[in-house]
Amino acid sequence: MSASVIATHRGSESKRVVAGYGFWIFLLSDIVMFSCFFASYAVLVHATAGGPDARQLFDLDRVTIETACLLASSFTCGLAFIASGRHSAMLFQASMAATLALGATFLALEGAEFHSMLQGHAGPTRSAFLSAFFALVGCHGIHVLIGLLWLMTMMAQVYAKGFRNDVLRRVLCFTLFWHALDIIWVALFTVVYLIGVAP
Amino acid sequence: MPPVDLFWGKLTWSAIPIHSPFPMFASAGVAAVIIAVLAWTAFKGHFPYLWREWITSVDHKRVGVMYVVLALVMLLRGFIDAAMMRAQQAMALNGPGYLPPEHYDQVFSSHGTIMIFFVAMPFVIGLMNFVVPLQIGARDVAFPTLNSVSFWLTATGALLVNISLFVGEFARTGWIPYPPLSELGYSPGVGVDYYLWSLQISGIGSLLTGVNFVTTILKGRAPGMDLMRMPMFCWTALASNLLIVAAFPVLTATLAMLLLDRYLGFHFFTNEAGGNVMMFMNLIWAWGHPEVYILILPAFGIFSEVIATFSSKGLFGYRSMVAATMGICVLAFSVWLHHFFTMGAGANVNAVFGILSTVIAVPTGVKVFNWLFTIYGGRLRYNVSILWSIGFMVTFVIGGMTGVLLALPPVDFLLHNSLFLIAHFHNVIIGGVVFGLFAGYTYWFPKAFGFRLHEGLGRAAFWFWTVGFYVAFMPLYVLGFLGMTRRMQHYDVAAWQPWLIAAAAGAVLIAIGTGFLVAQLVYSIRHRDALSDPSGDPWNGRTLEWSTASPPPQYNFAVLPEVSALDDYWVQKQRASNNRSADSVPSYSAIEVPRNSATGIICAFFATLMGFALIWHIWWLAVLGVAGALVTFVVFAWRDQVEDEIPAQELARLDGLDRAARPRASDQSFVS
Repeated sequence: MSASVIATHRGSESKRVVAGYGFWIFLLSDIVMFSCFFASYAVLVHATAGGPDARQLFDLDRVTIETACLLASSFTCGLAFIASGRHSAMLFQASMAATLALGATFLALEGAEFHSMLQGHAGPTRSAFLSAFFALVGCHGIHVLIGLLWLMTMMAQVYAKGFRNDVLRRVLCFTLFWHALDIIWVALFTVVYLIGVAP
Repeated sequence: MPPVDLFWGKLTWSAIPIHSPFPMFASAGVAAVIIAVLAWTAFKGHFPYLWREWITSVDHKRVGVMYVVLALVMLLRGFIDAAMMRAQQAMALNGPGYLPPEHYDQVFSSHGTIMIFFVAMPFVIGLMNFVVPLQIGARDVAFPTLNSVSFWLTATGALLVNISLFVGEFARTGWIPYPPLSELGYSPGVGVDYYLWSLQISGIGSLLTGVNFVTTILKGRAPGMDLMRMPMFCWTALASNLLIVAAFPVLTATLAMLLLDRYLGFHFFTNEAGGNVMMFMNLIWAWGHPEVYILILPAFGIFSEVIATFSSKGLFGYRSMVAATMGICVLAFSVWLHHFFTMGAGANVNAVFGILSTVIAVPTGVKVFNWLFTIYGGRLRYNVSILWSIGFMVTFVIGGMTGVLLALPPVDFLLHNSLFLIAHFHNVIIGGVVFGLFAGYTYWFPKAFGFRLHEGLGRAAFWFWTVGFYVAFMPLYVLGFLGMTRRMQHYDVAAWQPWLIAAAAGAVLIAIGTGFLVAQLVYSIRHRDALSDPSGDPWNGRTLEWSTASPPPQYNFAVLPEVSALDDYWVQKQRASNNRSADSVPSYSAIEVPRNSATGIICAFFATLMGFALIWHIWWLAVLGVAGALVTFVVFAWRDQVEDEIPAQELARLDGLDRAARPRASDQSFVS
């Protein structure tokens, strides 16, 4: 009987492939969710209800620094992933710490932006445009915050458990998550800030 | 607005509806049943067993059964709502009836919410959980603990909806909470918040299920199980879960926007400050229409399995069936606007969506013909599941045709929001999804428990449900033509009343049918020895789930099957009857099985706290709930031993016992 079996499908994949694949599917669903916030922003961007509009509010210098921080953190995150592959705890922890610092700087700058807008009576309750802006950018910010919590958990796990297979799978998923946030930020930077201040 | 108490939030004693008799009686009844069940369980000493074998189980079969139990219990709740509505409308000519308007509005809202989110969804997901890994020759889903978390989050949502019966109120907005009615200005109570939080929490559960099953089906199949060798149910499950992954984030985002409006004063959908109500319609139906296919596609898969098995014949046009399924999967995202043709998007837009909505009937038609041709020339055995399937084909075609009618914008302008629409979607959801779920429930029950459901009581349930369905819903088509709109608490057109009384009589017939379903379950459990099926293959099945024991061992297959054909188990059986030497003792190797985990129920506990706290603005408790759920995840991630190994020797012993207990499939003679 076995001779007649043409096993074109090899069978179940390794746990690492399954974990990474499943997490990719999740990330796709997350991107769909972001697309709804992007769509609502596009619909409401001119609904300023007599309040301030994008050009009056956005400070491109600050946002450029934010972008630089986040892009650089993707690089250090990539270093951490390479380190985890080589089981190099020192490089891993150093790269993750750098990622943490860059991500926290990004969040602090974003927080400062939100704070100044709230001070200037340009909070989310002012107009539909600002509602959509705060929801879209804030949703990304919350993702970064969750990413930082996850990052610290992974640092602690590698410290406590070493580069065990299940820990390595989680590191893989974390790096996927972090890079996906970068991709979303690139779209966000373009659609919200660059197009927003364009003449 | 009164100042909000820091400890209790908006929660006060006035939230308990002391002076409205119906919620009080209903809650007292529910509480009595729950206490009785808990007391009985404690008295019999079943708690440790339940905790160990079910509540903390991450086995996809156990999780699937728990989903189905949840769905059946909630079906009773949703049906009581339906019966209350039919009774109200039968008597409310020129009068108030017996339900005050604010209560009637909650009843129709909770009926729709419960039936879609806590009956149809968990039932469909439960059957997928139980069947898909068995059919693709896997030992479990890709992420077993996540699966348990999904289930318990769904249960949390159901619990919150039911708490609203006793503490506070439910939404009065309908099952899709259109703004601006659902905004704070027009729905200041907690009803809409109950709706939103219970759906957000259970929605996360559904999304994680989608991720889990797409991964399971695409990455976890047995050797040789090519995509084009997958049973039809797996294809429809794949399509359904792809739709979940793509559509549920839209629901999450839309409800999140409404929550921001209600809690933090945002202006997504308000009338003021530039909010856009029509954006809500577009977003919610961009989820809502795919949701219809999330429910119906697995039902199509069930019918495909049932009809092929009981015709003793391969499914006609398997490839066209796969193409039709994936075609529907894509087209599902291109028809959402037909839910609001009257919005005023213009004739051209309406024409495009009208045409697309009629086009989606084409792959569905392909499927109906495939089922008919499968039966044609087969040897049909009239089992209860085939009765549901034939009932489905007749009923669903009628519902599909009224759907094509509604897809024409000029007709829709006349029938929009009338009872014709209500009749149409009940026609496809009851005649399609519910009949399919009952067919699947009857078909796979012996696989889950090792004994069959009683045939006679099942037939009685089928006939009462089917006749009851026609008596209850055909009058609604007529009422739609007579101009009756949906959701009327009372009316003054005497010509409507006879039809509404007929519809109420139909509801009584369905109630009797439901009674027979309960009786069937109770009778079958009590007479399980007489109904037992030691073979594991009571229907002469075609697919891999019938090749293992009933109920299957935790690991499903002692040795993973090597698949060489479509309907592989059928082919094996044919081959074995020609060539006895094919049955040799396999070589066993050690396998890993996931350990039980309380992560799911603990997460659900904290999610319930969080949901309840957010509904009532009890902020400290909400923070506690979120923190608790996070800590649970970290603790779960810190476990050192996540799997147990079953050594090869032990596996050989277990499987030997199992093989000895079962007559070989090839030795059986199948009598219809």
